[in-house]
This record gives sequence, structure tokens and C-alpha cells, in this order.
Amino acid sequence: MPDSFHLDAVPVRLEGCSKTWPGGARALEPLDLAIHGGETIVFLGPSGCGKTTTLRLIAGLESPDPGGRVLFGDEDVTALPIERRNVGMVFQSYALFPNMTVAENVAYGLKVRKVSRGERAARVGEMLDLMHLGEFAGRRIDQLSGGQRQRVALARALVVRPRVLLLDEPLTALDAKLRDSLRLEIDRLLRTLGITAVYVTHDQGEAMALGDRIVVMARGRVAQVGTPREIYYQPADGFVADFIGTMNRLSGRVGGGRLAVGRTSLPWPAPDGPVELLVRPEDLALADGEADGHLDGRVAAAVFLGDRTRLVVEPPDGPALTVDTAGRSDLARGDRVWLRVDPARLLAVP
Amino acid sequence: MSACTGIAATRSPARSPVRSRGRPSSPAGHAPLRLAALLAPAAAVFAAFFLLPLVRLIAIGAGGAEGWGAYLATLTDPGHLDSLVSTLALSAGVTVATLAIATVAGLFLVRHRFPGHALLVALLTFPLAFPGAVIGFMVIMLAGRQGLIGTVTQALTGGRLVFAYSMAGLFLGYVYFSIPRVILTVMAAAEKLDPRLEEAARSLGAPPWRVAADVILPALKPALISAGALCFATAMGAFGTAFTLATRINVLPMTIYTEFTLQANIAAAAALSVLLGLITWAALALARSAAGGSVAAAG
Ligand SMILES: Nc1ncnc2c1ncn2[C@@H]1O[C@H](COP(=O)(O)OP(=O)(O)O)[C@@H](O)[C@H]1O
Ligand SMILES: [Mg+2]
Repeated sequence: MPDSFHLDAVPVRLEGCSKTWPGGARALEPLDLAIHGGETIVFLGPSGCGKTTTLRLIAGLESPDPGGRVLFGDEDVTALPIERRNVGMVFQSYALFPNMTVAENVAYGLKVRKVSRGERAARVGEMLDLMHLGEFAGRRIDQLSGGQRQRVALARALVVRPRVLLLDEPLTALDAKLRDSLRLEIDRLLRTLGITAVYVTHDQGEAMALGDRIVVMARGRVAQVGTPREIYYQPADGFVADFIGTMNRLSGRVGGGRLAVGRTSLPWPAPDGPVELLVRPEDLALADGEADGHLDGRVAAAVFLGDRTRLVVEPPDGPALTVDTAGRSDLARGDRVWLRVDPARLLAVP
Repeated sequence: MSACTGIAATRSPARSPVRSRGRPSSPAGHAPLRLAALLAPAAAVFAAFFLLPLVRLIAIGAGGAEGWGAYLATLTDPGHLDSLVSTLALSAGVTVATLAIATVAGLFLVRHRFPGHALLVALLTFPLAFPGAVIGFMVIMLAGRQGLIGTVTQALTGGRLVFAYSMAGLFLGYVYFSIPRVILTVMAAAEKLDPRLEEAARSLGAPPWRVAADVILPALKPALISAGALCFATAMGAFGTAFTLATRINVLPMTIYTEFTLQANIAAAAALSVLLGLITWAALALARSAAGGSVAAAG
């Protein structure tokens, strides 16, 4: 890998950035966020929560409400339009120029920057090779598959050595198989280049796989910022817990240092009163029989997933629980089961 | 003829079931006949109003004292050649000016919403409803001897600026007449532009003029070519405006008119007509192949 492929790792900071549309609707509550140089940060959240708006603020396609600031390194770029920010953009719809070939698309940013013809050809060639697109250089865009188009879009954005790479749902238009392989390729690319990248998605799998850190957003607000593990194992609130992966809810009551859930009780050092507890399906296990601290219930559904069987267990009272067990399990609907729960894995969430 | 049969058939329901029961076994053998019957009215109109007069026109062009030499004379007669060249120049100028104005205005109208937007678009399409004579009349009101521009320039400079009765007046009238059509075409095409393409170009460092040149204009190109061809063809053949402004204006339709009515030089008039038709047809054909279809013939 030539040295030229390693890009500067520019940190990005958003300070008090809110966004109100001309009609008065608030897309974004005041947001403070520090993105480290070279980090891949993923904005994750349901549709309409303000992910794209935040990305466009960083890009310079939207400006924040007065008072908000966008900084690249030490430079305040708030007043700079996108064409002077030196950012790379990749869109869900590829947005390749239909009147240009693959090579011309990739060369466009260099041409605009008046890079000499010779250097242009060399850098475009390098970039196309890096993206395994060498053989497509002369193709028209409508002769490419979706995955190839998105690789061209990546090459076009990266060849100008942008300070930040911004990707807005780049895999959403692709079918599942292509999505996985291109996701791996993007991951490899971002690690190789060491570029600061902001990646927007509504797909938690993508977010977990790609993000150094994830920013979970809900209704124009940041719900939590953290590494994929932190987001998964220590969700800041019920929204994050429900949005990421599958989460079980247990309602119980604490009394005298013990927690009562249904007919079972566990040691639980907390003030007396009702509590809401969360636990992941993989943190519940099937127990051999009734014992102190085991939850009981009946199997309401057993879904064979190959590597595991996902059970839905209905306790006598309270909401159903999802439990993952071995793939070869032969439990069926109606069977009585006992569940073992490790108190250390229970999460109390505000 | 077959249209009458069709109406008769639908109007007398008693007959058609009898007919269809009478020949149930050979619907396929009947098809070419029916197709011919359906095409007959169009073919008759085409022959009666286009083909026959055209052939006759071509023949008349060669029927004068010079014979087929009349066609050559359209290009060698200095008066005629002059008329041809100035008509071509005027039409090309009108086309370029109209495309430039209409592209800028059309893009602006698509991208900016403001109070009165719909009304403005409706007003802009107004000239479509006017015959050439009315357009000419409006040019005279603006730039004629008693016109607005004359009055204003006299007040300001003491000299009266009058240009309605010349090529300049004709140019103005044609541009005014052509703008609505082109604006509507540009607006329809601009609505379909993908804003992400422009954002991608900007992210790569392209300033606004480059975005226009590299992204917007290429995307509008087919629409501009077809609208431009129509504009050119219309300007080549328009007569009413020129006739209203002055009989001295040296454009081809005017020359044909004077050759025909005043000089009674019927062969020359016919030869010039054929030439005018050929040029206009060629312009439209060229545009059609460049834009990839969908260029209608001039009205
Ligand atoms: N240009 C705009 N004008 C007005 N409202 C907008 C505009 N763009 C987006 N919105 C609204 O702002 C909110 C956030 O949008 P967006 O950032 O695109 O969400 P996400 O990318 O998370 O799906 C949505 O309610 C959306 O309808
Ligand atoms: Mg979005």
C-alpha cells in the first residue's frame, strides 16, 4: 500500500449545533460532539431522527442555527460552503455523474482542483485499483451494478484526499449479500486510510460492525454516545436498549435487599420499591429444574435459526422473555422451562 | 370513411352482433384489412394536404422560365441568398437568446418558491396564445414610433430610439414568442434533476459555474436541444410578426410572399418554399437524432 493512501486524521467538533427549518420545525436540538481524528463515528437512529441533517451540517450543505459552530481541527469552517471544506461525500443513491465514464467520475475532483493531467491519471489509476475497479475505468455508469457504483462513488470521494469522509446510508440501496461484502470493504478502506469518517445508518448491524463509536439519536437528540459494546451492554436509557438488539424487560419489586420477580427472588442491593430491569436474550440460560432464583414459564414459540434456537418464554405473569439456546434444542411450544439469570447481567435503566 | 363505418356500427347495436357472429372463424385474416381501413383517413389527409401539394410545389418550382434552374437560382440570386442568410442568422440568434434566457429563468422558477409563483408561471406562458400579428403589434407598442422605448429615450437623451420595424424588432418579437415554450420544457426537465448530483460535485470542490457546466447543463441537454430545434424551426417559418412590422424585412417567408403576390414569380416562390421546408426539416431531424427522439415537428 503506497504512502499516499494514508490520509490526514482531522478531528471534527460540533459546538451547540441546532437546526430549525424555515417553517419552524426543529430537526436538531443543540448538539455538542467531538469526533476524534481518524475515528469512524456512526450516527444511528430511526428514520427522521436528524442523522442526515447532522451529516449535512458537517458537510456544509446546511448551516446550523446562529451560535452553532463546526470545527475541522482548529479551523472554524461554519461559514465555509461545502465546496471549500474539502469533504468527501457518499450518498445512498450513488449520485455518480451519468454523462461521465467511471474514470472521469473519479477524476472529477482532481480536474476541478486543476491537478495536472499526468498526476490525475496516476492517482485515478491507483484509486481504481484500490477499489478493484481497474477493468471498469472506461465504462459508462449505467453499465455498472449497484455495488460497483457505490465503489466508484467511494473512489471519487477519496481520490481528492478529503479531510473527512461523510457517508449517508451508503449500503441501504443494495441487496443483503452485497451489503455485507461492501460493508467489509468499507471497513478495510477506512482502517487503511486512517481518515476521519462519519457514517449514517438506521441499521444497527452496520453501526456495530463499522463504528469505533456510535451516536444513537432519537427525535433530534443524542440518546447516547459510546463504543458498540457500551451501547449494547450499558444502554443509557430504555430507548437505546430497545433500539439496539433484542432486550427483555423484567418488572420486579425490591424489598429487604432481595428482588422479587414473579414467584422468584434474587439478592438485590437496592432501596425498596418497584424496579424495571433489562436483560439480553443471551444472558438468560435454561436451567435443569426449579431452584431458588430461577424464573419459570412456558415456551410460547421456538424459532430454529441454525446456530441457535430462539425461544419466546411466557412467565405466569409479566411480559414474554426472549431466550437464546442451543441450535439442537428440541423444546417445543407448551413445554415448561426454568430460566437462570445472573444478577450481574441485569440492568436497571432509568 | 372507416370512421363513418365505426360510428354507424356503434350507433346500430343490432347490426354488429350479427356481423361478428357471421365471421367468427377468421379474425386474423381480417386484421390487415381493418388496419388499412383505420389508416385510410390519415393516409387520405396526408396525401390530400401534404404529399400532393408538395409534389406540385416542387414541380411548380421547376415550371418557370428557368426550369430546374430556379432551385439553383435561390442560392445564386443575391437577393434570395441574402434573405436566406439573414433568416438563418435571425433564427439562430433567436434560438440562442431564447435558450439562454429561458434556461436561467426556468431553473430559477423551479428552485425558488415565492408568493405569486404560480401566477408568474401562468403569465409567462401567455404569449403562446397570441398569433404572430399580435406579437408584432406588441413589439410596435414597445419599440415603435409611438412606443414606450422611444418615449423614454426621448425624455432621457432627446433622441428617439425606434427599432420595431427592423430585424431587431423581429428578433425581439420572436424571442418573446419563443420563451414560454422553452421555459416550460426547461422547467419540466429541471424538476427531474437529482439534487444529490450537484451536492456531489460541490463536495468535490466545484464552484457554482462548474456545477452548472458539468452537471446541470448536461442533464438538461436533451430538453434544450429539442426546445431549441422547435424554436429555430418556428423562427424560420414565422410570417405574421414580420408582416405586421414591415414588408421590407428581408426574411425568407417575407421574400416568398413578395415573390408570389407582388412579382408573380411563382416558380421562385415555390423553389424558396421547398428550400425553407428542407432546412427546417433538416434542423428538426438533426435535433431528433442528437436528443434521442421526442422532437415534434414544428406547428
Ligand atoms: N430541507 C428540509 N426542510 C424541512 N424539513 C426537513 C428538511 N430536511 C429534513 N427535514 C425534516 O427534518 C427531520 C430530520 O430529517 P433527517 O435528518 O433527514 O432524518 P434522518 O436522516 O435521521 O432520517 C425530519 O423530520 C425531516 O422531515
Ligand atoms: Mg437520512
